[in-house]
Amino acid sequence: MPLPSRHGLYEPAMEHDACGLGFVAHLRGEKSRSIVEQGLDILVRLSHRAATGADPQTGDGAGILLQLPDAFFRKEGLRLGFEMPQPRSYAVGQVFLPADPLARAACERVFTEVAEREGQRILGWRDVPVDASRLGWLARRSMPVLRQVYIARRRVVPSAFERKLFVIRKLVENHIRAEGLDPERRFHVPSLSSETIVYKGLMLPAQLASFYQDLQDETVQSGLALVHSRFSTNTFPTWELAQPFRFIGHNGEINTVRGNRNHLNARRSQLSSAKFGGSLDRLFPIVQPEQSDSAQFDNMLELLVLGGRSLPHAMMLMIPEAWEKHAAMDESRRAFYEYSSALLEPWDGPAAIGFTDGSLIGATLDRNGLRPARWVITEDDRVILASETGVIDVPAEKIRKKGRLQPGRMFLVDTVEGVILEDEEVKRDITARWPYRQWLNRNVFTFDELPRVPAPARLEEHELRVTQRAFGWTDEDLKQIVLPMAETGHEPTGSMGKDSPLAVLSDQAPSLFRYFHQLFAQVTNPAIDPHREALVMSLATATGPDGNTLEETPDQCHRLTLPGPVLTSGQLARLAESHHEGMFLPRRLPALFDLDAGEGALESAVERLCQQAVEAVDDGCGLLILSDRGVDARRAPIPALLALSAVHQRLTRDGIRMQTGLLVETGEAREVHDFAALFGFGAAAVNPYLALDTVRALADSGEIPLDETEAQARYVKAIEEGLLKVMSKMGISTLQSYRGAQIFEAVGLDRAVIDRHFTGTPSRLGGVGFAELQREAQERHTRGYGPAPSPALPIGGLYQWRRQGEQHRWNPQTVSLLQAAVQGADRDAFRKFSAAADDETRGGATLRGLLELVPARQPVPLEEVEALESIVKRFVTGAMSFGSISAEAHETLAVAMNRLGGRSNSGEGGEESRRYVPDANGDLRRSAIKQVASARFGVSAEYLVNADELQIKIAQGAKPGEGGQLPGHKVDERIARVRCSTPGVTLISPPPHHDIYSIEDLSQLIYDLQSVNTEARISVKLVSEVGVGTVAAGVTKAGAGCVVVAGYEGGTGASPVSSIQHAGLPWELGVAETHQTLVENGMRGRVRLQTDGGMRTGRDVVIAALLGAEEYGMATASLVAMGCVMLRKCHLNTCSVGIATQDPQLRERFSGTPEGVVHFFLFVAGEVRELLAKLGARSLDEIIGRRDLLTHRKDLSHWKARRLDLSPMLAMPRAPAEAPRHCLEVQRKDVSDHLDRVLLQRARSTLEGGPPSLIVLPVKNAHRAVGAMLSGEIARVRGAAGLPDDSIRVRLQGSAGQSFGAFLAAGVTLELEGDANDYVGKGLSGGRVIVRPPAGARFPPEENVIIGNTVLYGATGGELYASGLAGERFAVRNSGASAVVEGVGDHGCEYMTGGVVVVLGATGRNFGAGMSGGMAFVLDRERRFRDRCNTDMVELESLVDESDIWLVYGLVENHLRHTGSPLARRVLDHWTHLVPQFVKVMPTDYRRVLQARRSAQRPPTTVPARPRLRAVEG
Amino acid sequence: MGKTTGFLEWQREAPPKRPKSERVHDAREFLLPQPMEQSRRQAGRCMDCGIPFCHQGCPLGNLIPDFNDLVWRGRWEEAWAVLSSTNDFPEFTGRLCPAPCEAACVLAIDQAAVTIEQIEKEIADRAFEKGWVRPRPPAVRSGKTVAIVGSGPAGLAAAAGLNRAGHTVTVFERAPAPGGLLRFGIPDFKLEKSLVERRVRLLEAEGVTFRCGVDVGMAPGFDQLAAEHDALVLALGARRPRDLLVPGRELPGVVWAMDYLEAQNRHVAGSPLPPELSAHGKRVVILGGGDTGSDCLGTAHRQGAAHVEQIELLPAPPQLRAPGNWWPEWPLVFRTSSSQEEGGGREFGLSTTRLVGRNGWLAEMELARVRMEKDENGRGGLVKAPGSESTRQVDLLILAMGFVGPETAALESQLGLALDARGNVRVDGRFRTSRPGIWAVGDARRGASLIVWAISDGREAARDIDGVLGVASSRLPTRGADLPFTGT
Repeated sequence: MPLPSRHGLYEPAMEHDACGLGFVAHLRGEKSRSIVEQGLDILVRLSHRAATGADPQTGDGAGILLQLPDAFFRKEGLRLGFEMPQPRSYAVGQVFLPADPLARAACERVFTEVAEREGQRILGWRDVPVDASRLGWLARRSMPVLRQVYIARRRVVPSAFERKLFVIRKLVENHIRAEGLDPERRFHVPSLSSETIVYKGLMLPAQLASFYQDLQDETVQSGLALVHSRFSTNTFPTWELAQPFRFIGHNGEINTVRGNRNHLNARRSQLSSAKFGGSLDRLFPIVQPEQSDSAQFDNMLELLVLGGRSLPHAMMLMIPEAWEKHAAMDESRRAFYEYSSALLEPWDGPAAIGFTDGSLIGATLDRNGLRPARWVITEDDRVILASETGVIDVPAEKIRKKGRLQPGRMFLVDTVEGVILEDEEVKRDITARWPYRQWLNRNVFTFDELPRVPAPARLEEHELRVTQRAFGWTDEDLKQIVLPMAETGHEPTGSMGKDSPLAVLSDQAPSLFRYFHQLFAQVTNPAIDPHREALVMSLATATGPDGNTLEETPDQCHRLTLPGPVLTSGQLARLAESHHEGMFLPRRLPALFDLDAGEGALESAVERLCQQAVEAVDDGCGLLILSDRGVDARRAPIPALLALSAVHQRLTRDGIRMQTGLLVETGEAREVHDFAALFGFGAAAVNPYLALDTVRALADSGEIPLDETEAQARYVKAIEEGLLKVMSKMGISTLQSYRGAQIFEAVGLDRAVIDRHFTGTPSRLGGVGFAELQREAQERHTRGYGPAPSPALPIGGLYQWRRQGEQHRWNPQTVSLLQAAVQGADRDAFRKFSAAADDETRGGATLRGLLELVPARQPVPLEEVEALESIVKRFVTGAMSFGSISAEAHETLAVAMNRLGGRSNSGEGGEESRRYVPDANGDLRRSAIKQVASARFGVSAEYLVNADELQIKIAQGAKPGEGGQLPGHKVDERIARVRCSTPGVTLISPPPHHDIYSIEDLSQLIYDLQSVNTEARISVKLVSEVGVGTVAAGVTKAGAGCVVVAGYEGGTGASPVSSIQHAGLPWELGVAETHQTLVENGMRGRVRLQTDGGMRTGRDVVIAALLGAEEYGMATASLVAMGCVMLRKCHLNTCSVGIATQDPQLRERFSGTPEGVVHFFLFVAGEVRELLAKLGARSLDEIIGRRDLLTHRKDLSHWKARRLDLSPMLAMPRAPAEAPRHCLEVQRKDVSDHLDRVLLQRARSTLEGGPPSLIVLPVKNAHRAVGAMLSGEIARVRGAAGLPDDSIRVRLQGSAGQSFGAFLAAGVTLELEGDANDYVGKGLSGGRVIVRPPAGARFPPEENVIIGNTVLYGATGGELYASGLAGERFAVRNSGASAVVEGVGDHGCEYMTGGVVVVLGATGRNFGAGMSGGMAFVLDRERRFRDRCNTDMVELESLVDESDIWLVYGLVENHLRHTGSPLARRVLDHWTHLVPQFVKVMPTDYRRVLQARRSAQRPPTTVPARPRLRAVEG
Repeated sequence: MGKTTGFLEWQREAPPKRPKSERVHDAREFLLPQPMEQSRRQAGRCMDCGIPFCHQGCPLGNLIPDFNDLVWRGRWEEAWAVLSSTNDFPEFTGRLCPAPCEAACVLAIDQAAVTIEQIEKEIADRAFEKGWVRPRPPAVRSGKTVAIVGSGPAGLAAAAGLNRAGHTVTVFERAPAPGGLLRFGIPDFKLEKSLVERRVRLLEAEGVTFRCGVDVGMAPGFDQLAAEHDALVLALGARRPRDLLVPGRELPGVVWAMDYLEAQNRHVAGSPLPPELSAHGKRVVILGGGDTGSDCLGTAHRQGAAHVEQIELLPAPPQLRAPGNWWPEWPLVFRTSSSQEEGGGREFGLSTTRLVGRNGWLAEMELARVRMEKDENGRGGLVKAPGSESTRQVDLLILAMGFVGPETAALESQLGLALDARGNVRVDGRFRTSRPGIWAVGDARRGASLIVWAISDGREAARDIDGVLGVASSRLPTRGADLPFTGT
């Protein structure tokens, strides 16, 4: 039943899930049957948030948590002859048992023994009656035996009984595991409590009630019900991971779970509680490592609650609000959070969590508010909260209040007291319990209190140079990394990806940091925008021994707060002297090794260091400084990351890690990635003394025109900014949680080294060990202390090719040979190119270079192999936007691919409509693939229908997890038009899709897109990293027809250099893992697998095919075929060959031709054919996933490469022979249930040119993307213009499902009476959406939530009127729609580039962040808007301009007309009085451009529409 | 790095030259120093490419973007450090190299390349002027001895490297002074001989010994030299000229280009000019359209020739790159050298069929038009056009038709060295000849080629020799990976 073990590249630890969540409760806890039934109803109404895998009848999991129904269990107990005690004097455990009778008996015996040893009495076991007939075969196959155990309370007071039950469960689990009594690992206790019981299992929501016959029993009654339906990326769904768990149901993902779990283990020695009778040692592991993040969260919560904290208090500890930068937060609450941060680091990640202990029931949202949660309180005292509104039909007149959970906020129902506590009230009680502020004042030391000591002498001149060399610095480190950071305070940008070797294949003695690759969020949780949403981010750093999490006393917060995570040498010196305080007792440990010690010197030095660290902690040192100062001719530095992580892991293993803070003083760290790695593996703070001395020397010499203090400050700032970016790409907000979370994958490190010193970090191919690491350390040392002929630093050559530097796969030879081949249509020249390219590949640059094809004994004659024309159909070019590359280049690619029958990709930037019409000669300039990326530029209904494939870009190889920016100077008239923005105004692409925070959200977006274009294939682009296979499985379940797994190589866009170098992994790993996972899950037959990343020859393509891919992207190579010479200046707009530029003068120089591109792909296909023949195959399909035709290269002698073990990559999937190994039929998302099918029918006459239609219909939350399909049809026939206004009017009643009015075309009006969920008006394309409360509603609309989060995302035109409140991120990335709403949540109008928004009420925080265009008008009657607006990019003004006043008046008038809003009526009635209270939000950039245009006094000139393109010859 | 938009703001400004009317009357260099601001601007045109094709295009692997950037930022001394780290003699290459780097410059795809060579010259000249170029004798001597035969650029480069690595180097030169072609082949108007002298002095100051006037093949003999030293480097050049095999070849008035050029250089240095090698008042024809021919042309003008014409056998190359000759390869296009600028006729596609004497002296030559035609196998060959015969009056005919290889008789007889198919000394990838302990570099092993190749060979061979002589791998620099544009 548990997940399968590690096989091939699959890592069980990488499973994710996300879900639908809900609860219903009676305010005063009145138990009834209807609560149970409504709970089950909610579950069914959330079905579309659940998923199935290979077996459509096997769900990912569903469950319900109820109050323990005494009447029922008493009845059953008596029937079975148990001596039933009083209510609450007994508990019932829901137990999953092994199917094997012997194993089951053994487990039950352990249960009995432990319970009795703990003084409790087993009353007996009850078989749970189930009906498995409707379950899927997968669920049945893994089904455990379901029994319930009755335990009577003895000798403990009722309040301690739950704790006792916890101890019993833990001991039973540990015993069964230790004794190996459950080899199939089905044993699991979903609940064991006298208060609650959980019914759950591997099934679909609708199957739950029929499966558990108990749930149908009339005596099963409850005052509350918490339900959960699971959607897991999880390819191997299991019974035990179904939710709810014992206390919670979780919709979301804990990104930091590994660090959180480690931290708990690291605290082991400190954790004790009188409540548990002292030490908790025998209960470990308290957090179960193999389980899902949600299960682990539940484990921790359980510990805190049973340890004595109230449930809401424990939730506040684990999911604190973003308090650090919250100026308006109540002081005592801030103090509480600050104090609590010393006890526990946040469990960080998107989360809507419903929790209950049987009497309290509530929910809370993470600090980012990344999950929806809507609630309703009814007139008959019911409280319903769920991921969606409309999960229980409540008549309008029965609704007392409606709302939503806000970021970081809590909502609690106390069914005993019969009260509803909203955030303020719950938290006031908790934060006022102790004088936290006083405690902090007394116990927390700040940096200023440390003694002042002189800073250490700075390294200068010769010594500086020698030290730099000895630490492996290169000239590029200096010029490309450190210098720009110190000069500008930002991390430098690069272009055109990475084409140099993995660290394990490099001969340049790369630093250990380079063996680690940053992981990033994709699909299952969103990345964060650390700039625009800085309010949730925190680098706050404190150090010193941690407290006992279970206690709450003043001295638990005995800490030292640091100025930041990066310390200057002066600051570190003060810290190191802080023993005057007698409190923290710092000790410096030398992280050096003796070169004379010979073989094994490094390894034994590391062991010695660890030993010294343990001794220091035993001596009571509260701060350890690992220092590599003092390098000389005899002593070399231990790689800083190794020293740090080894000590961290050792102290954690010994359970004493939290008794000390770990600081690193190193000359090695210089770029952002180095710091991220040090923090990620546990450092509290880092002093990069060499980098800082270097910066100061640069300032002194005038290389940086700043004084040295300022230069140093900017360098530190650049590092901090970079750190925020690295954290946020994983969706982690606080450095405290990031610290030790090990969000990295190692490539090329020996498992033994990893297991010991980087415990738990994936390193799937093994690799170099201590011997090689020592050799590299020595090699670097020799550069400094060996005889050096030149005083200069080594050249590096990592960022730009140099003959003496690192190798690059694109180099003078490969570029010039490829260009010669395509320019001359010269097949022989191409052979020379591919020979050179493959040699380069084999020379050590890539993993595929280490593989060899296994030729068949019987080759196939070439003429029998599938034709070129059929092979080229599998080729695609990269997703490069019009904007990032010139129109000439963009269209050349499109024409070439259309001629070939392959596919070009629009990229993220829209497409000009003129390209949808073929040229006179039949050429088509349209991109077959239309990308849908986070900014949704130009993503309209028209754009979507003009595509063969719609690609959702989750991540891109060069900078996974990051957003982008198109600087204003690149946005000319034409680009602005396509992107629906203003010329000259900077355009920002957010890091996440704001409608994809989870896998079920992705499923929704796929549904939306498929609705608009029912014919298109939907593809999802991911980037290779550990776990991508699991994500791909989730994506497949979500309905995608193609999964793209991009490698980290290649990449054409501009990105921060550390992302280019260090984020993501080679596609070989990603493809192999994805293929394995999909085959093993029986889902391979439904999707095509595509890959890209540095591919360019037939050999590359064939290896990708053998690893499992059936389509191949070649982006950089196709650019080179058009003349790209890898200037790597794409981000500067100075591309001298006219490709990556918008400068008209440079575009003139573009010399690429469709013929050149066509030749390139034909040449590659030709090679593929030849290789197929050699392999004995007649078609590509025959070899997809045939890893047996690949083998390790025999001639491999490279000293590092030969340590790699590629066999996990070559492992054949474990699957039955009949399981499909390649795509048999591309799936389309099922949109057969779409409400628009009715609309299309009823509006047919209008669509055919007839009179306007009015359609009236009821609507439910299961009806999603209403209007999208209709709009697709309109766009197909009428183009962007759509129909005349109001041609089709649809009046709906009820709660509409998500994406209501998505991509709604002009001419359609959707009028909704009721409310709507998230994503209303997504991509609105000219239509009108009206939402108003139903006629009978008794609540005031302007105080109630009527539409959900992320409304008008990427809208390009149209109108929205909503009479009520909207959720978070209203009008995010709106570029053309007008809207009126009566109040919005946080991040309103974020990234907006156009359109007009009127808010007639309050807004949340961070309004207008990243807003570069359009206007917003907020009626600010409370005068609080100024504090809630992010004024980085906008200015606030009064509403005085005559035309503005008329604009707003007109919109409010419309609002009244469409919605009948009483608020609108009042506003208009008091118009003159209210005008001064409106605040106009005007983007600074936008104003500048408008003013410039006005002063120019002429209409904007347009660039000639027809680009210069070579004549086409038949 | 550099000026991002420099290439859009500034056009290429050709290196300043002295006026033709002035320079043809003396032997001084025709190139003028460039104003500093102009050099900076020109360096600022460098785009700091992700793949600097120039850096591969340069046989030495000069770090071109790096020194361009430093010049742009006015950091000349550091620019010198970068330049001299890959190039021992930039003061020569900055004047003499045909600049394959500029042909490979990314701007040269469809614009004018960065003036790399001129920038190199400016850096080198400034370095000498400012006194940044100082002898750097090695701190420690290895006790190993190396003999180098030939003191052209290849020999000098090998000497510089080996000496720097601590080995005791003696350079043997047949001519009375060191420098090889630098001293006796290249006219002063391209490279004044004081520069050669200056460099030789520096090498001497660093510890290199020069023994001039020693024809090693005669005495002491290559074999003895090899026996007396730990390593022997052959840097003999490829001095055997291609001959004109037509009736009348033996007539006086027909001279070798090298003899002609050498006599002029000696003359500039103070020796009298033999009248038979003077063009003064003569009708001069130069056979051969290459660099040597051009040098002869310039020299003839300076000697006061009555009329000069340069005749090339092959048809004129195209004005623009032909298909198949793509950037960044060396463009086979029509060029005009500085000497050709100065005047004189140019003819292409003319084959000499006979020389006619009068009074025992050359007086007339007969020529015929030829054109390139493909035979049935698709191979090209020259075919005479019937009826295209013509004659020219000529007093001095200079043969500048290229070189066929090194003088190898003594090498074969004394050392038994193997030769390659073209008659050059055969070496492996590390410049080792068929006999252990003997290396060959420069034209001697590759046939007549560019000065940069000669220096490159000398440097790379020095590194290999140092590795063989030393205890560990050599610490001498290498140009690094070689990834030629046309494949390997």
